[in-house]
Amino acid sequence: MRHSRATDDPPWVRRLLIAGALLFLGAFLLVPAAAVLWEAVRGGVDLWWQAIVEPDAWAAIKLTLLVAAIAVPLNTLFGLAAAWSLTRFRYRGQTLLLSLIDLPFGVSPVIAGMVTVLLFGAHGWFGPWLQAHDVKIVFAVPGIVLATVFVTFPFVARELIPFMQQQGSEEEEAALVMGASGWQILTRVTLPNIRWSLLYGVILCNARAMGEFGAVSVVSGHIRGLTNTIPLHVEVLYNEYAFRASFAVASLLFLLAVATLVAKQWMEWKHRAERLATERSP
Amino acid sequence: MSIEITGVSKAFGAQPVLRDVTLSLPGGELTALLGPSGCGKTTLLRILAGLEAPDAGVVRVSGEAITDRSARERNVGLVFQHYALFRHMTVGENVAFPLRVRRSPDGEVKARVQELLALVQLEGLAGRYPTQLSGGQRQRVALARALATQPSVLLLDEPFGALDARVRQELRRWLRRLHDELHVTSVFVTHDQEEAFEVSDRVVLMNAGRIEQVGTPEQVFEEPASPFVMRFLGAVNVFRGRVDGGRAYVGDLEFSAPESGARSPAHVYVRPHELEIGRAPVPGSFAARVDRVVPLGAAVRVELSAPPYGERLEAELDLRRSQALCLVPGDRVYLSPRRVRVFAGRELEQDSLTASQL
Repeated sequence: MRHSRATDDPPWVRRLLIAGALLFLGAFLLVPAAAVLWEAVRGGVDLWWQAIVEPDAWAAIKLTLLVAAIAVPLNTLFGLAAAWSLTRFRYRGQTLLLSLIDLPFGVSPVIAGMVTVLLFGAHGWFGPWLQAHDVKIVFAVPGIVLATVFVTFPFVARELIPFMQQQGSEEEEAALVMGASGWQILTRVTLPNIRWSLLYGVILCNARAMGEFGAVSVVSGHIRGLTNTIPLHVEVLYNEYAFRASFAVASLLFLLAVATLVAKQWMEWKHRAERLATERSP
Repeated sequence: MSIEITGVSKAFGAQPVLRDVTLSLPGGELTALLGPSGCGKTTLLRILAGLEAPDAGVVRVSGEAITDRSARERNVGLVFQHYALFRHMTVGENVAFPLRVRRSPDGEVKARVQELLALVQLEGLAGRYPTQLSGGQRQRVALARALATQPSVLLLDEPFGALDARVRQELRRWLRRLHDELHVTSVFVTHDQEEAFEVSDRVVLMNAGRIEQVGTPEQVFEEPASPFVMRFLGAVNVFRGRVDGGRAYVGDLEFSAPESGARSPAHVYVRPHELEIGRAPVPGSFAARVDRVVPLGAAVRVELSAPPYGERLEAELDLRRSQALCLVPGDRVYLSPRRVRVFAGRELEQDSLTASQL
């Protein structure tokens, strides 16, 4: 290979770096992933299937889907509202709001779970009131949803804010001058423009919502068949030495990860194509 | 429809952008808001569109105050500098948008879109997306879209700013012809003097949030109301001098000047094409040395120094005159101003023009 640019490193440096990166990826990602898959199907597809339709596992799957079905739309709405307000208006405290959105990235999920318990648990601030009104939050589905919402709320907003900033508000202003109402501007101009960013954020948010362990672990109470999500159920099975079943259920999360990666890649490609088109039209 | 702007002021934070602007534009005319960047011209346009609210003042269209009306209800057409076409819609859908949001019947919308695309000469391109068009075509789509609802006023923000030179030339002429056809009251913002002169009936010169002069292109060029207008509309030589009664003096040169009463310092402005070059002294001329001769195509620019009158003077000659003179750097020549404009005042005004040129 010829040296074409001054910034090119000598070939041996390049090879060393590439080999290092591949080795690292192999050791820390590919081998464990392959191990999960292998352990899951080692006993045959039948056993794998039985482990998944086993009532407790099935309950965990349904609960995970339910939690995601509540948390993801909530955070999509929140993300849209936050991104809209941060990129379309100027007001005091914008930087503060922006940092607050990032808070769940900085706080350990376990802390998020603890806060939920502190607020809504039997001995928590609102605990007595909740008990008096027979509302169960901690060790029940609402607590799991709350913890998941907290942990996943930056994803959509974080994805939308830079994109909407870069796009500016000219098209929305144009629509307004042409007589469009706020709703018409949102549905006919803004949403179609940000659709790929939005979908991308939703997918990442969903992956995190389904895979969340720490925060959910604190608030769920690990009640089999009732408050176990997929990640919690995997742990329970593992602790009971039910390795095969544990890996079978874990393989679901693995498949979710693969699906997310594929969707993410496809969307990034779509997104980039559109962004390029945007840049070409100044 | 006529536009009346009365006492409009606007500040962004502590920064005043428009200061007590009063302006009256007769209906059916094409007016240019001309000025350097930061002079407030775009803000004024956005106030007309309803995208900004003035801090004080009233805007009337056909005598009716519209200041409190939202942009949605004003029925103005606005063409953005970068067109702001909806990139996920085809050309046809873009032009149809203002009609669709008004829930016009489908057949009507289709007919009107056809009509508008024919007007801007883009009949075949209804199915294209904005990214598949050239800059000039996008601009015409934006114009068709802005005209779709037959707005009372058409506003254009730097309509030719993002185009290359040749397309810009063509589109200017085309816009002028279109305006002569439609006679919709139009206001466009530009920082380009040539563009303003070529396209508009009337030029509004703005500087630092104020209106410096309003007039036809000839008026503002021939009778500039202020040193700013003089300097903004093309190159100019400035001489320091004084005025006394109806006369202006620069060194031992003497010019007639507007009656100013008491004696005071002044600046004398001479346009390069009004500075005559001769090989021999004539009454009212002064000696200068040729520093550089720059061919500009049909004309020639001569850079000269003439201490103590001024360093870096400029004169512009037509090709024939320049060939007759046969100037080379180092030549000693005599300059006689054919026409001067005198403005009293000690210092060159600090305005956004000086600031932007520093």
